[in-house]
Amino acid sequence: MSKKKVPEINSSSTADIAFLLLVFFLMTTTMAVNKGLSRRLPPPVPADQKTEDLKVKERNVFVVLINSENQLLVQNEYMGVAELKNRAKEFILNAKDDPNLPEKVPMDVEFFGTVMVTKDHVISLQNDRGTSYSKYIEVQNELVAAYNELRNDLAQQKWAMSYDELNEDQQKAIQKILPQKISEAEPKNYGGKK
Amino acid sequence: MGRFRDTSSSKEIPAISTASLPDIIFMLLFFFMISTSMKEVDYKVGIKAPEATELVSLEKKTLVRFIYVGQPLPKFRAQYGSEPRIQLDDAFAEVSQIENYIVAERSAMPETDQDLLTVSLKIDKDCKMGIVTDIKQALRRAYALKINYSAIQRANSNL
Repeated sequence: MSKKKVPEINSSSTADIAFLLLVFFLMTTTMAVNKGLSRRLPPPVPADQKTEDLKVKERNVFVVLINSENQLLVQNEYMGVAELKNRAKEFILNAKDDPNLPEKVPMDVEFFGTVMVTKDHVISLQNDRGTSYSKYIEVQNELVAAYNELRNDLAQQKWAMSYDELNEDQQKAIQKILPQKISEAEPKNYGGKK
Repeated sequence: MGRFRDTSSSKEIPAISTASLPDIIFMLLFFFMISTSMKEVDYKVGIKAPEATELVSLEKKTLVRFIYVGQPLPKFRAQYGSEPRIQLDDAFAEVSQIENYIVAERSAMPETDQDLLTVSLKIDKDCKMGIVTDIKQALRRAYALKINYSAIQRANSNL
C-alpha cells in the first residue's frame, strides 16, 4: 500500500476574501457614534384647553431669552454665553439663601439626611424662530454643563468621586438634590421680523 | 556534519510566507466591524452637527428613530430648493408627516419598548430655530417626548 499524500488546500486567496469583506464594511459603515444632548419635551396641551401659565413664583424662574440676532437676555440682562453657566449655577444652588433666588425647601434624601433644596426652580429657555440652531445648542449645552458641574461638585464633596463613578442609588440621591429642570417654553416671537 | 545542508547545492532565496496575511486582514476587519456602525440611511440633506461638551450617547439602536434636517444636497437643489428640509428615512418630508411617521414607527415596535422611543434630531447647525420648533411641536403631538439633539464632542469648553 502506497501512502498517498493529500495535497494542501491552497489558501492564498483567503487574503483576497478578507479584503473584500473589509472593503464592504469600510463602505457601508460610518465612524460617527450617536451622541447628543438628551432632552424631554413637555406633554402636548389639548387643543381645546386654554394655555394656562403655571403659577410659578417669579423668584423660582430663571429666564433665558435668545432673540433672532442670537443675543442673550438672561434675567433681563444682556449677557454673553460665557457668563451664562456661572449665573445658572448661582441660581440653581442659591448658596446664600438670597430672597431673589429660588426658595429652598427641606427634603429627606438618602445618604444626605435632610437638606435644603431649591426644589421648585425652573430654567425657562425661550427662543425666536429666527434664532440659529447652533446658538440654541450652545446655550442648552451651557445649562446642562451648569447642572453637571454642580452634581460633580457635590459628588466630590460627599464621596470624593466624580458623578459618573457613583453607583445608581448615589446618583439618584444627587439628582434629587439637584434636579435638572430646563423648560422649553411654547414657541413665541422675540424681536426680529416675521 | 550530516545535519547541515550542503550550502553549495541550493542558492535560491525562499519565498516570503504569506500565510499570515489573511490573519492580519481579518484583524483589521474585526477592528472596523467593532468600532463603526452601519449607516442608517443615505443622506439627502447636508448635516454638520453643532458642537457641544455635555453629551450622552444613545445606547439602544432599536429604540432610536432619526429625523434629519438640513440643506438639500446639490443634486437635489433644482427640485427642492436650498431652504432647510426634513428627511425621514430615505425621503424628503414635510412637518405634517412627522406625526404619522412617529406613530407608525412606534406601533411597529414591540409593546414593551414603545415608551422608550427616542427621537434623535440630526440638524444642521446653520438651520434656524423655526423649523426646529415646528418639529418639536409635531413630536409633542405624537407623544414622542424623549428627544436627543445630535451633536459632536468639542474638546474643551472654552467659548
